[in-house]
Amino acid sequence: MSEFPVRIENVSKLYRIGAKLDQRTFRETVSDTVLLRRRDRSPERDLWALRDVSFDVRHGEATAIIGQNGAGKSTLLKILSRITEPTSGRILVRGRVSSLLEVGTGFHNELTGRENVQLNGAILGMTRREIKQRFDEIVAFAEVERFIDTPVKYYSSGMYMRLAFAVAAHLEPEILVVDEVLAVGDAAFQAKCLRKMNDVASHGRTVLFVSHNMPAVKALCQTAVWLKNGQVVSRGDAASIVTQYLQHSSSFAGRDSVAERLAAIPADPAFRMESIRLLQGRRDVELVANGEPLEIELGFEVFRETLGLHVFFRLLDLEETLVFEAVHNGHETVARAEAGRWIATAVIPANFLAARPYQLLIGAAIANGRELLPDPIRLTFDVQQTGLVDRAFPGYSPPGQLAPLLEWRLEPARATQ
Amino acid sequence: MAEEPLIVIQHSSAWRGIDFREVWRYREMLYFLVWRDVKVRYKQTTLGITWALIQPLLGMIVLAFVFGRVAKLPSEGIPYPLFAFAGLLPWTFFSNAVTNGSMSVINSGNLLTKVYFPRILIPAATVMTALVDFFIAAVMLLPLFLYYRFVPDVRLIYGLPLAMVVCLAFASGLSIALSGLVVRYRDLRHAIPFVMQIWMFATPIVYSLSVVPTKYRWMVNLNPMAPVIEAFRRSIFGGAIATSGLVWAAVVAVVLIFAGSVYFRRLERVFADVI
Repeated sequence: MSEFPVRIENVSKLYRIGAKLDQRTFRETVSDTVLLRRRDRSPERDLWALRDVSFDVRHGEATAIIGQNGAGKSTLLKILSRITEPTSGRILVRGRVSSLLEVGTGFHNELTGRENVQLNGAILGMTRREIKQRFDEIVAFAEVERFIDTPVKYYSSGMYMRLAFAVAAHLEPEILVVDEVLAVGDAAFQAKCLRKMNDVASHGRTVLFVSHNMPAVKALCQTAVWLKNGQVVSRGDAASIVTQYLQHSSSFAGRDSVAERLAAIPADPAFRMESIRLLQGRRDVELVANGEPLEIELGFEVFRETLGLHVFFRLLDLEETLVFEAVHNGHETVARAEAGRWIATAVIPANFLAARPYQLLIGAAIANGRELLPDPIRLTFDVQQTGLVDRAFPGYSPPGQLAPLLEWRLEPARATQ
Repeated sequence: MAEEPLIVIQHSSAWRGIDFREVWRYREMLYFLVWRDVKVRYKQTTLGITWALIQPLLGMIVLAFVFGRVAKLPSEGIPYPLFAFAGLLPWTFFSNAVTNGSMSVINSGNLLTKVYFPRILIPAATVMTALVDFFIAAVMLLPLFLYYRFVPDVRLIYGLPLAMVVCLAFASGLSIALSGLVVRYRDLRHAIPFVMQIWMFATPIVYSLSVVPTKYRWMVNLNPMAPVIEAFRRSIFGGAIATSGLVWAAVVAVVLIFAGSVYFRRLERVFADVI
């Protein structure tokens, strides 16, 4: 037996794609049995969401699990939360576990705030006594005192989220398993959640945290585990794993990986993303020179004329801070995208980007409709200082997310009257 | 450290019964699930709690008119509305418990994919909610007794609970088995309300067992709900309770609970993956 609160031993999880249980009907089963038909299970339909994952979590340590979508993070959390079972391997857990895969699980719109706190608390594993003891604290934390006896269907979404998080935040487990709860709510609320999580982590409790929010990971966790295709790539000190992950997993290097990722996008009846290129002087680049304009070229196909269809990109820094967003279409009016193959090119002027790595998030959507790329494509590229070199202070690169070269005027000041 | 519980998460065996110790640890959650269902239902309707009274009462009025007045079915010398209500009361419980119970798992996807708890609590809570409704509706017996100036038999004190325990066990067994089956075979959910309706008329509710010719009675009694309803009614109106029928129903109930929970436990391992 181990003294680790969580020990994961060779955990694997297999999903059968296609041959899903729920797609059979009683009628089919009866007719198959009668006609002695057998349904084949081809091995191509097997998907290993996790493969031989092993690691320990030390007592009082906050561990982040990072990786791209589909890397197996959520599956691992589900197994840890005992929602689904591993296909093989095992996990030993010592201590009371609370998992927060979502806040507000079991909340019911018709019930009042008070009733929902009681219900949600019970669902999350609090006893009635514990709920009673912490009730006032929960309500105060959520700042909904005045509305506690109002059905939550009349709550604003902010109030709802605050109340839901407040219940979760007042669990006192020895081991806390958290999934992306922080991805909701406004900035002030997120900051509050982060503070509370920090509190939990610094009170000697063991935390397992899945997130895409890299600054939060670095701030909250001491160690990180990087998962890729269901396997552990590396594990260690959070800051260095985050750096490794960002540099490696989404690098623009290798056109193949972009093509591969585009090919993996599920088919949409209206739209297909065909290519993403970064061009400088008509050449594909991986390392961008800030002294030259950068063209971001998005190739896509529209299958039928669609009102409001547009592609866009967001520029982010590695800390996930949005620098700006650019939409190719639809500023003046909601434009109509005609069927056909198109290439949309955005030009980022020379002497605009700073010499630092950026992330590019590419998406497509129908205005007032749906996202066409539910998982935006994420790429990183690095910018090299080639433009105006500061001769007065060589080697100095301006701080900030952008380094635009602005037009300055200098005139002698005239005495005002 | 030695006192801390150790949980081992691994692929579990396909053949397991219910872990009663764990269910006991989660009893508060069961309580809250029932509490939620009862509260929500009575909040959503303007009629509120009276809904539990109106449902069997309206049923009684319709049946009393059609079968009592029009068809003039004999009711063992008891006012027909009272006779019908005494049969409808346990049947409404049974029918609600089984119909809602069989849908309970597929309707709880949100809970199943987000938190851990013994899955058996889901059909159990639905059956309990139906039981709460039964108790509320049972209160209606009192004004009916007063109205018809009827003094119930003393056997009511032990006969009613006995009949209800068997009924509860049978409804639970069926709900557990069906809630798993419906996850597996989605088309079954359309069949269940239909089957329940036919079942109602196959059970001596609107008529008394005594109108069935003696040589067919064994067939009616194969239906475990027949002796249950009969026992329920006899303990109010008097007359011998057929113990053999009740024992048969109890045996079927126990077998169903056992087989149903083994099947349920086998299937619950994939609930979160398929719902």
